[in-house]
Amino acid sequence: MAGGDEVGFRNRMRARWASRPAARRAAVVVAVEAAASVGFYRLDHSLGYGAAVVFTILWMRKVPALPWRLGLQCAFLTLFALGSAFGSASLSIVIIFGLAFALSWIPHHTKLRVPLGGGGRRSLPITRSWALPVAALLIAVSYPFYATRLFTIPIFGAFPDVGTGVVIVVFVMMAVGLNIVVGYAGLLDLGYVAFYATGAYTAAWLASAQFAGQKCPTPGVSIADCTVAAVPRHSFSLGGIGVPMGTGGFHVSIFLVLLIAGLITAAFGIVIGLPTLRLRGDYLAIVTLGFGEILPQVARNGDNLGGFNLTNGPNGITPLDSPGFGNHLSNLTSGVLPSNYLTCCKTSLFGHHIGSADIFFWTALVLLVFTVFCSLRLRESRLGRAWVAIREDETAAAAMGIPLMRTKTWAYASGAFFGGIAGAYYASFKSATFPGDFFFNISVFILCMVILGGMGNIWGVIVGAAFLEYLDREGLANTGDWINRHIHVGGWHPNLDVPLYSSGIYGVIIVAVMLFRPEGLLPSKRRAAELHDVEPHDKPLYDLQHEGA
Amino acid sequence: MLSSLASRRPGPVASIGLALVALVVFWLAVNFVKAPGDWIEVLLIGLTLGCIYALVALGYTLVYGILELINFAHGDVFMLGGMISISIAASFGLKAGAADLWPLVIVVLLLSMIACGTINAAIEFIAYRPLRGAPRLAPLITAIGMSFIIEDVGLVWKGPNYINFPDVLPTSNIFSVGGVAVSWTTPIALLITVPVLLALLYLVQETRQGKAMRATAQDMEASAIMGINVNRTISFTFVLAGSLAGAAGLVYSLTETTVRFDQGFQLGLIAFTSAVLGGIGNLPGAVLGAILIGLIQAFNEGLSWNAPGSDWTQSIVFSILILILVFRPEGLLGERTPEGG
Repeated sequence: MAGGDEVGFRNRMRARWASRPAARRAAVVVAVEAAASVGFYRLDHSLGYGAAVVFTILWMRKVPALPWRLGLQCAFLTLFALGSAFGSASLSIVIIFGLAFALSWIPHHTKLRVPLGGGGRRSLPITRSWALPVAALLIAVSYPFYATRLFTIPIFGAFPDVGTGVVIVVFVMMAVGLNIVVGYAGLLDLGYVAFYATGAYTAAWLASAQFAGQKCPTPGVSIADCTVAAVPRHSFSLGGIGVPMGTGGFHVSIFLVLLIAGLITAAFGIVIGLPTLRLRGDYLAIVTLGFGEILPQVARNGDNLGGFNLTNGPNGITPLDSPGFGNHLSNLTSGVLPSNYLTCCKTSLFGHHIGSADIFFWTALVLLVFTVFCSLRLRESRLGRAWVAIREDETAAAAMGIPLMRTKTWAYASGAFFGGIAGAYYASFKSATFPGDFFFNISVFILCMVILGGMGNIWGVIVGAAFLEYLDREGLANTGDWINRHIHVGGWHPNLDVPLYSSGIYGVIIVAVMLFRPEGLLPSKRRAAELHDVEPHDKPLYDLQHEGA
Repeated sequence: MLSSLASRRPGPVASIGLALVALVVFWLAVNFVKAPGDWIEVLLIGLTLGCIYALVALGYTLVYGILELINFAHGDVFMLGGMISISIAASFGLKAGAADLWPLVIVVLLLSMIACGTINAAIEFIAYRPLRGAPRLAPLITAIGMSFIIEDVGLVWKGPNYINFPDVLPTSNIFSVGGVAVSWTTPIALLITVPVLLALLYLVQETRQGKAMRATAQDMEASAIMGINVNRTISFTFVLAGSLAGAAGLVYSLTETTVRFDQGFQLGLIAFTSAVLGGIGNLPGAVLGAILIGLIQAFNEGLSWNAPGSDWTQSIVFSILILILVFRPEGLLGERTPEGG
């Protein structure tokens, strides 16, 4: 096998490196690091400083005594921070690496352990399993308060504003939902955008004037002969917010809409799943792709389905009702729950004027936390363990009495549920839904998030999704700017329009991850073992050479 | 096969399927009676499309037959084939009515086939070979990634707009029958496609290399034991599939005269549907399926009486794909495999 040769080559090179004298090795490393730092410095000053800091801290790991090492590293960081405060280096670099450094000191193992499900035999060290997520959540929740005061990241540019943050959170939610299908159950879904679209259109139907229709206020006169202004024929309201008087159509409160959208999408997932889930993996992928292509076309052509305007065609459905809790709940909680998101808010907190984008952002975070919580609990449940069993070996799982069809359908339905909620919330945030939002590219984009982060590991998926969505919204454009400004060979400038090539960039990410690190950047241990130890039964039963000797 | 069908009473699914087919036949008949001239014209357009789909579908079916991998990048290789043909044709300065036009078209065809064959083999070498032992979904995901990458190669190379093939086909009609003018498009598509198909069939059925391919498709390990160089055989299959895509690229750009970077993926999916319709892994099946899909598309877009129109083409094609996969995964000509269901 080619893989064997490669490993052999790697091992040989490693052995050769180890056999060199220690001093020479150190000299080579220092030379490489210095060259890298200088190179980075030429590109961007703060990058060069950052590289130098990282290399120095890595070198300090050689100090054997722990207190000395820690003291030395902290002293160095402080010195650097002070120096940069008065000097030219960007303070941002110090903050980033200081934080990373502090996080790396959260111990892996402590005596305190929390029991997980499954009979209480397994447990996770408390610090890593709780401290990191809680810290991350706190950082995320307080983001609106410091978003505008943040520094500029080298190459990637400024931090996203809160409005972009909402989109990022929504896409993270979708990635977490897809992770249930792809990561837990191992079913490749290439049409996840169909669920997103279903959720978005459900929200649009239930919270807009789409189905208002028209009739003449004068009784017995048809709309064609009507001389006064027509009024809506249908009107239904259940907690709709900010709907002007006399608007027809369905107006349901956003929180009910989210739930209904999730349920309808889950039902849709079951409808798709029941006939197709007995197909083999790659056929299933194709069928889902087919649904993902059909649905947007139905949305595009749906302004005249036998004379009925279902989706308003390429113009999309807009505007949607503004989300909100209504005056009653708002008064009950003395204004903590805003009555209408769009006209919110007149309060200030810690010197920050709270705007409607902040409220949208926090609601999205609540939904995300709900998704993550459900996803984590599902993984530990009987159903979740059945998914993993099916993913690892379908035949063996069936032999153990797991009902394949039902279990897979549940995976599909759960994934669809969260995709539907995310789609509905996104539509309500944008106050519109257009058929052009639901291209195949989006399905692959969300899949790319799951793969990059690490299929099956929810934290990896969150990080991968947040990073990729940020790239898609702002990062790629900023990076392109930076490349165009900084990189030139003589008089030649690249002049790239980087966002134009986004799908190719995702392609490169997918291929690179699948070839070099199929378990993703932050892998789940179990998935990594599965992907690397592909054919355990290929090991010979008897080792003839040793047997003979 | 037919006898086995006849001896069995059709189940509910088969009855519904037969009813659907009968409905389509009725619809075609009514259209024919209403406007026979248009009908024949649309039929010819459908045949041209079918030829292109057949060339691309064969590439899918060849690769699937040997690796059980849906090579998503294949449609984009076809798109590159179109771009390569256009570039070469432009550099040759092809002109309508020139004496050396057809020899030059043949040269463009061969060059495009060689280029696409090489590209396809390179894709296999870079992206699929390292994943030979990995779980099935790994190369599938990689194939999607490769497809996006190649699409962007086309985008970087030729930009986001349509590029044109020099207009070399004679505009005059060859002959006309009962008011139906037969232009050059369909005969030329057939003239290029049929020899290529025959050559392929000969290669797979009669030559030593073809035998090796069939053996590898049946059982990779056993054929390796028998001394077949599996890696080389697979590379050869990819070269073959790629060169078919290259030929399709030329036929497409010659008859439709425009190519854009994002056309490969859609057309590739339709061609894949053809391969599934005919029975994936089955060469004559792929051709049959492609002709059928080409006709369905042309009839849907060209007929006037109660046709859904081009807005719905994709939905119809993918509905066929889903129905075939769900109810008859072995396709029209394929055979039911133990794990195919």
